[in-house]
Amino acid sequence: MSRPLQYFGQGVAFAVFAVVVGYLSTSPEYVHLPADNALVKLSFSHAAQHKMACRERTDEELAKLPKHMRIRKDCPRERADVVVELEMDGKQMFHVVLPPTGLTHDGASSIYRRFPVLAGEHNFVARLKDQAEGDFNFVYEEKVHLAAGRVMVIDFKADVPGATGFMFIN
Amino acid sequence: MYKSLRNILQRLENLFNAAFGQALNPWHHLGAITFFLFWVILASGLYLYIFFRTGVAEAYQSVEYITHEQWYAGGVMRSLHRYASDGIVLTMLLHMLRNFLTGRFHSYRWFSWVIGVLLIWLIYACGINGYWLVWDRLAQFIAVASAEWFDWLPLFSQPLARNFLSQGDVSDRFFTLLSFAHITLPLVLLLVMWVHTKRMNHAETNPPRYLAVGVVVTLLILALIKPALSHAHADLALVPGVIRLDWFYLGLYPLIYAWSPGAVWALVAGITLLLLAVPRLFKPHTHKPVAEVHLDNCNGCERCFNDCPYSAIVMKPRNDGRPYALQPVVDPNLCASCGICVGACPSSIPFRHNELVSGIELPHQLLTTLRADTDHALATLHGNARVMVFGCDCAYDVRALQAEGVAAISLPCIGMLPPAFVDYALHDARADGVLIAGCRECDCQYRLGIHWTEQRLARERVPHLRQRVSLQRIEPCWAGRQDGELAGAALATLRARIAQLPQEIPVDEDKH
Repeated sequence: MSRPLQYFGQGVAFAVFAVVVGYLSTSPEYVHLPADNALVKLSFSHAAQHKMACRERTDEELAKLPKHMRIRKDCPRERADVVVELEMDGKQMFHVVLPPTGLTHDGASSIYRRFPVLAGEHNFVARLKDQAEGDFNFVYEEKVHLAAGRVMVIDFKADVPGATGFMFIN
Repeated sequence: MYKSLRNILQRLENLFNAAFGQALNPWHHLGAITFFLFWVILASGLYLYIFFRTGVAEAYQSVEYITHEQWYAGGVMRSLHRYASDGIVLTMLLHMLRNFLTGRFHSYRWFSWVIGVLLIWLIYACGINGYWLVWDRLAQFIAVASAEWFDWLPLFSQPLARNFLSQGDVSDRFFTLLSFAHITLPLVLLLVMWVHTKRMNHAETNPPRYLAVGVVVTLLILALIKPALSHAHADLALVPGVIRLDWFYLGLYPLIYAWSPGAVWALVAGITLLLLAVPRLFKPHTHKPVAEVHLDNCNGCERCFNDCPYSAIVMKPRNDGRPYALQPVVDPNLCASCGICVGACPSSIPFRHNELVSGIELPHQLLTTLRADTDHALATLHGNARVMVFGCDCAYDVRALQAEGVAAISLPCIGMLPPAFVDYALHDARADGVLIAGCRECDCQYRLGIHWTEQRLARERVPHLRQRVSLQRIEPCWAGRQDGELAGAALATLRARIAQLPQEIPVDEDKH
């Protein structure tokens, strides 16, 4: 191959390298969320109520324990599961039972879920149960306008004023 | 399939050979180019660090300042940093693919292969970490997607993604952590790159200057034509809808949402395990015997130790009572059975009258057999311009060149040929010329066979070719398995040249 042709070939090789690097570094574009969608994120970390209430140990029970562990009050550490439901426009979107974390099941229950939904006005109902027995003890309902491309975070804090627990951050 | 891919690679390399020549063919220097791109990334990154500010707002603002206010220096550096980082992924993957297709991953090479697999993920970690620092919508997408991906693993008591729910969740301290990681990870990467080449004697970590300059100039032109730009500032209240993704680093991210985080973990684990298993899955069925040391003929000169491409020979204190300090010891796990050590041994002299045993030998390719084969081949040569061809099993099969006046012998590697054999073939006018053939230049199957052979023939490396041998009677030819035309042309060139030279007169060997 003649020298000019060689230089041309080298130029082509370097150009191909540049084109591949330049193109794939930004293209093709990736559509992460369609233009008419919004995103709902349900996320919280909450320690449920203990499964069993505290009780007094009997004298016989105390006698069986080593001396340094003889405490009258017995409070089992295990917590109840947290049950969560999310409803949008009358249809259930999500239902989950979250066990407590930790080796002795005494930690908080956590969740993070994302739901792409059509933008617009929606009626959301969030329910949460954090006790071993009974029905949902936290229920919150709100009509929300979700703008396209926005994120609405549904968080939960039991000590929120009004005792609904849920917070819709839009 | 494997052979078809190998043929495609060979054809592609032929094209590059035509444009660059063998010595500068980028395919022969992919590992070294990858190393070089690391230094480009490091140098450009150091410049960017001078102006980079750690902080939720400051990070983005400082990158914008670098990109727009200082486009002529910082902007170019940022683009160079980005494109060199993309280039390193490209060259790394091509380097791996090429080594796979050329069978350079098993036996004595398994260690480098396995460390190379680790390097892939380290390079990805460095690159993805770098994207976070910009804290634009792309960084936001990567941060959230990475957290959602890692949350699939049962490692965290609270989901990592909770750290990116709202603007207030991300703190300035987080960027200090990211910056620290962007210094630490490349340092770890450099350490592992060093380990990657540790078992290679004289590893090529710098590409030829011409290629290095070519790569930098190409990336600089790209930086000027298409500067690297940020997306809008990150806003966790908004979803990054359309993203200009860097597919070199982030190609798997869309799969987190198209499939599931668990499926992507399965894919990554599967790819990793498959790559790690490659040296075992594609292991050759037979193992060639490794080199053996013959202390009776060894004076501990260290030439085999110096020339071994895989550091398979170590020098240890002498234990046979002979008055030399050291003796070579072969590590069978590292020995490639290439015979380069045999070619380096000063005892590999075919002129010896007694039994020919070198200081180090390949049990399946003894030097005495090579001498007998050479004698036999030389005896068949008749006519004018008689040529003895020494070839290499990994390159073009030189036996195909055999014709009237041309005899050929193939060795495991051309580096196994002691220069004294060239002298031996030409001595006493038994041949008029010697063609020395091996793998393509800079592409020796055993890395250094061609290099050492060239240096020995040029009398730059011991054992030297003797001064009495005319270099005009020798023609090197670096031809791949499919390069018959090249080998034929080299043979024709040599025969035409030696036909012009005066005929050597046979002399009695005893007179020497």
